[in-house]
Amino acid sequence: MKDFIIPDDTDMGTPAKEGAPVSLIIDGFDVTVPEGTSVMRAAAEAGIKVPKLCASDNLEAFGSCRLCAVEIEGRRGVPASCTTPVAEGMVVNTQSEKVRKIRKGVMELYISDHPLDCLTCSANGDCELQDMAGAVGLRDVRYKAPENKVLANHFATRNTSGEANPEWIAKDDSNPYFTYDPSKCIVCNRCVRACEEVQGTFALTISGRGFDSRVSAGAVDDNFLTSDCVSCGACVQACPTATLQEKSIIEMGTPEKSVVTTCAYCGVGCSFKAEMQGDQLVRMVPYKHGKANRGHSCVKGRFAYGYANHKDRILNPMIRDSIEDPWREVSWDEALSFAANRMRGLQDTYGKKSIGVITSSRCTNEETFLVQKLTRAVFGNNNTDTCARVCHSPTGYGLGQTFGTSAGTQDFDSVEHTDVVVVIGANPTDGHPVFASRLKKRLRAGAKLIVIDPRRIDLVKSAHIKAAHHLPLRPGTNVAVVTALAHVIVTEGLMDEAFIRERCDWDEFQTYAEFVSDPRHSPEANEMLTGVPASELRAAARTFATGGNGAIYYGLGVTEHSQGSTTVMAIANLAMLTGNIGRKGVGVNPLRGQNNVQGSCDMGSFPHELPGYRHVKDPEVRDLFKEAWGVDIDPEPGLRIPNMLDAAVHGTFKGLYCQGEDILQSDPDTKHVAAGLAAMECVIVHDLFLNETANYAHVFLPGSTFLEKDGTFTNAERRINRVRKVMAPRNGYADWEVTQLLANAMGAGWTYTHPAEIMEEISATTPSFAGVDYALLEEKGSVQWPCNEAHPEGTPLMHVDGFVRGKGRFIVTEYVATDEKTGPRFPLLLTTGRILSQYNVGAQTRRTDNVVWHEEDLLEIHPHDAENRGLNDGDWVRLASRSGETTLRATVTDRVSPGVVYTTFHHPDTQANVITTDYSDWATNCPEYKVTAVQISPSNGPTDWQEDYAAQATKARRIVPAAE
Amino acid sequence: MKITVPMDSAAKAVGADEVVQALLAAAKDKGLEIDITRTGTRGMIWLEPLIEVEIDGQRHGFGPATPEDAAAILDGNSDKALGPVEALDWMKRQTRLTFARVGIIDPLSLDDYKAHGGLAGLKRAASMTGQEITDEVKASGLRGRGGAGFPTGIKWQTVHDADAPQKYIVCNADEGDSGTFADRMLMEGDPFTLIEGMAIAGLGVGATKGYVYLRSEYPDAIDVMRKAVDIARKAGVLGADVLGSGRAFDIEIRMGAGAYVCGEETSLLNSLEGKRGVVRAKPPLPALEGFLGRPTVVNNVISLATVPVIFEKGAQHYADFGLGRSRGTVTLQIAGNVAHGGLFETAFGIAIDEVVNDLGGGTLSGRPVKAVQIGGPLGSYMPVSKFDAKLGYEELDSQGGLLGHAGLVVFDDTADMLGMARFAMEFCAVESCGKCTPCRIGAVRGVETIDRIAQGDMDALPLLADLCETMKDGSLCALGGFTPLPVMSAVTHFPDAFSHAKEAAE
Repeated sequence: MKDFIIPDDTDMGTPAKEGAPVSLIIDGFDVTVPEGTSVMRAAAEAGIKVPKLCASDNLEAFGSCRLCAVEIEGRRGVPASCTTPVAEGMVVNTQSEKVRKIRKGVMELYISDHPLDCLTCSANGDCELQDMAGAVGLRDVRYKAPENKVLANHFATRNTSGEANPEWIAKDDSNPYFTYDPSKCIVCNRCVRACEEVQGTFALTISGRGFDSRVSAGAVDDNFLTSDCVSCGACVQACPTATLQEKSIIEMGTPEKSVVTTCAYCGVGCSFKAEMQGDQLVRMVPYKHGKANRGHSCVKGRFAYGYANHKDRILNPMIRDSIEDPWREVSWDEALSFAANRMRGLQDTYGKKSIGVITSSRCTNEETFLVQKLTRAVFGNNNTDTCARVCHSPTGYGLGQTFGTSAGTQDFDSVEHTDVVVVIGANPTDGHPVFASRLKKRLRAGAKLIVIDPRRIDLVKSAHIKAAHHLPLRPGTNVAVVTALAHVIVTEGLMDEAFIRERCDWDEFQTYAEFVSDPRHSPEANEMLTGVPASELRAAARTFATGGNGAIYYGLGVTEHSQGSTTVMAIANLAMLTGNIGRKGVGVNPLRGQNNVQGSCDMGSFPHELPGYRHVKDPEVRDLFKEAWGVDIDPEPGLRIPNMLDAAVHGTFKGLYCQGEDILQSDPDTKHVAAGLAAMECVIVHDLFLNETANYAHVFLPGSTFLEKDGTFTNAERRINRVRKVMAPRNGYADWEVTQLLANAMGAGWTYTHPAEIMEEISATTPSFAGVDYALLEEKGSVQWPCNEAHPEGTPLMHVDGFVRGKGRFIVTEYVATDEKTGPRFPLLLTTGRILSQYNVGAQTRRTDNVVWHEEDLLEIHPHDAENRGLNDGDWVRLASRSGETTLRATVTDRVSPGVVYTTFHHPDTQANVITTDYSDWATNCPEYKVTAVQISPSNGPTDWQEDYAAQATKARRIVPAAE
Repeated sequence: MKITVPMDSAAKAVGADEVVQALLAAAKDKGLEIDITRTGTRGMIWLEPLIEVEIDGQRHGFGPATPEDAAAILDGNSDKALGPVEALDWMKRQTRLTFARVGIIDPLSLDDYKAHGGLAGLKRAASMTGQEITDEVKASGLRGRGGAGFPTGIKWQTVHDADAPQKYIVCNADEGDSGTFADRMLMEGDPFTLIEGMAIAGLGVGATKGYVYLRSEYPDAIDVMRKAVDIARKAGVLGADVLGSGRAFDIEIRMGAGAYVCGEETSLLNSLEGKRGVVRAKPPLPALEGFLGRPTVVNNVISLATVPVIFEKGAQHYADFGLGRSRGTVTLQIAGNVAHGGLFETAFGIAIDEVVNDLGGGTLSGRPVKAVQIGGPLGSYMPVSKFDAKLGYEELDSQGGLLGHAGLVVFDDTADMLGMARFAMEFCAVESCGKCTPCRIGAVRGVETIDRIAQGDMDALPLLADLCETMKDGSLCALGGFTPLPVMSAVTHFPDAFSHAKEAAE
């Protein structure tokens, strides 16, 4: 295994600044740094490490430990180098006799209140207090107790005569992933500051004062678990001692090496150091040079990797003739030939187009590329689709139509330059937590926030954050609201005419302007429909149009509607209208759900597009791939997921290779999905676990985790990040190898020996990836596509000098109400979403300790609606739509508006998608998860369907082990 | 019959209210018509309750009065008669600039205030530009009376020059030093002076909002200040248009929560913002990033209350008083074991000896003076051998002292100097905000180390000296930084208390 060489990871003490150069002399060396830089950081730049304990370069200087004192010529006293900014001509001495004496004196005080159990301490070898005691040359602690008294301390449980030490506080191990041991605490405040400055949750504080100052989570009676703590781990990372420590470190010890890789959860795509002992993962630490996350993480990325070793993980291939049979563990050869024979047999019987694939937005670009290649080059059809179908397909379509590229326009760093943020149909603090922390930091610095969401998400109001405007629209009325915003901007003359004239098609704008100016698009005319007060909507429009750099971030609350694509275009219109495209701090930013949704779309997973979003009807593109692959490409687009299922029910689609996606749980209208799957004759599931879809599968191919393979993920900002193998696949093969084995079993003759070779094929065939290769990724860490001759180092910002399609295109966005309407039988609107601690269908997070935060899906219902139905908090309720019904527990909250209910879809026991309907986006078939008319009633337990489903699942999961 | 009785809490503490009741009852008995006005205190606390009766246009004093004295006072034959108050030695020897009206006027009568020169300074300032106002303060030589002695005008200039959408004036009225009471006495006795001073500061630096951070232990002062602000606002002294100047300034009274360290300006600002009262590192200076991150003047009550007289009488008039770089007057607060305790305002330069032995009249116990602690709990213990030292910032500093807020606490020869050193460390341990290590842990270790010395452990003495050096040089603010001053001054000037501690104890 070739380890990635980690660039200099030295903590510089204080954050980097931007400013005019300032020159000074430190210990005789000339140093030039930007204005505003601390003396400490300037010294670090010159290679001089000033001792420190409370400083860290991801936190503002605090100045409490006093170890970093220096002398500055012409200044009185001994200023702390962390809080003292550089000045031109300053002469600094970091090692004068005086400061050395202070440091030793301070360290003597620290150690006088610290248990000297270093050899058995969990931070042994990774303790800054230990390092600093060494650095200052402390040799003796002279403080001792007066006769008949005890030296005041925080670490001894009892004194020598057995009396309890009132200063001692027991270890808090309530959090499943880390412990808080107050006896080791040096009160440097780094944890508290990390919680505030980095994460923005403000769960921690210091209680008491003086010697009684203690780190405290939440209120007096709270522990870490019951406090507001979101378990992001920033405090643990910040702690210089063993006070806040990962339980994995306590159990296993310190790591011996680290490998930089990319998180496999959400679309933020955080970079992590996987810290290892041999092939054992000890902990994940967010990588400070990671350009998406800048050294931060959430509870999932940092801690929720335990699923990789969960007992449920399937490590052997399995087959069965019928889904009524139990699984049979077999060899890889047997499983693959069984699968290949069945698939070929189906094609022989039902035709070439009777089988297809579903690529995974969880797998690497290289793996996804191979799966779609499998259907196009080996199956000989275009029957490929991906889970992006059910999340961000409207983004691809909408942004492609208006701007010319199917991707977000910015990098995440851009948020640091924004002045007005619109968050629409997204819940970043839960869905994209690391981005949310970066956004909140900017909001705390004064940027304004407009939230357009039916629910009062945490961003609307949380610690030190308050949205300027919250537009709580009725689910399904996005287009009407966004168009009304445009109406205000156009009719009040707030648009950026110069930008529109220069960058957009002026004639199309005229048509558009005429359309939106129509009084029927005014906020007042739509107030009854959308539920958004017109005055608030007008105010929001003015804020966005006149508040400086305006950026729009959106999520599945925009796309998963029958008018998802229309809303994406409406958002694009809004950005063009206000000139908010093509520079830092602005743009249209889809928040991608899964780690590689962007990549799976880029890699040609859709049935009508070859890699790089090029239509299969284009003969030049087909020729290109014919040359590369040596086969003819079918010029007809293949089937989308819903079409595959429909065709299966009709008996024309018979075989499916589904990699890393659980369509039964994640796709809408579960009963229809189940019927489709049941009608197929060969369902091959390639996954870590026996997921819900596998209940209907005939072949199970064990998958590998992101820790077990090389490759790349592309995050929401088009950033291609490396995934690095840190351990051998427990199932024997990386996923790309399994796909290759299957292809070869079907006669393909592929010979890839490393994903780098697949990337070479991608860059050779896909213009936006033309410049991408593993050597470049090693050098740069990551690049954002397009990366080619014109942009050899990638493209952080899109459409800087002009739109990719030429002129930006305004598209008329007529509101068309969804057919899913409330009525007497189903008077409430259900909308769905996710929660911080769980991820998607929960296949991974449910198999980690994250369940302590969310062990079941709950139905949020407004007190008004609850009272009408006689429901109390915690009651079992029956949730029914015209598609189906399920039961779950209610939580009564005014977070949702009257008439709206909300739940998550993380648990198969609930199966929220039994409720959702088969309505979908008019352009892309993205399902309308976000709007379902439902009725709620009291219940006393699971529905018949849930019980039947559970029985079927248990039956379908029976396994007969291979003979020993 | 016009009578004045202080409503100052020092006077009330020794029975002023009861004397008032007795006076009213006695007057009723006698069928006398009396008109009692409550004022601030003259500052002669040992004479409180000091009843003043206007006789032939002169205010004659009677004190310390008890309810039993009421009838005799009304009859004019009380044995507590002191004669005309202004003719008392204590009063005659003072230069009352800042405290000119305290004890004389009704604190909440704006008319009374104006009749005694009030608002003249603000009227003048209202006709000046911000820079002219700042220049005037600079010319006066006024320095921060909270203790640091930083030139007020220079601080104002920094705030004046800062470019910001909002600036603030914050008055530090968290008077926590032992033996000090000037701030309270002024706020209870002449609140409009402080309001006027803050308004001038606001006009000077371009701040439109002021806060008085007033300690909760001063309920009377809080009450008076709140009423005074309301009166001033109604009268147009505060508000959108200060005295018709077209410039805005308003004040809010905020109550502290009992932490000594919140008298330190940066923790005061944190507390004012609703945060924990911990010290902030400087830079950034509060003058540039203060309250809510905006440029902020943080000045002590006495500094701000001195501003009106500077503008009323001119900077030069004020600067003509004083010694060396300490210009104007110092408001000495004489307390502790002393015969005549109280407030005495005089030009800088008076010697300790004159204050303690002449004005103060020596100890109350009648025993010899052993030491005086000047500048609050963080000030040095000055031995009698240093009583020639003159009270001025630099003058006292050169003698190892600290003028601070100009409080003096007198001790007689029975004082246990090791105990006093221990108390200094204990005080620091109790009041430490806990942010910086030298103070947070050091103060606790200081108590323990002094206990070892008391037990005769002579190894502990050099350790105490090292600890004091670490605290002095390493602490973030003056609390940890100056605690070594009383400790080491006790060790230095009273070595016997430390070297033979164990023997003495045995």
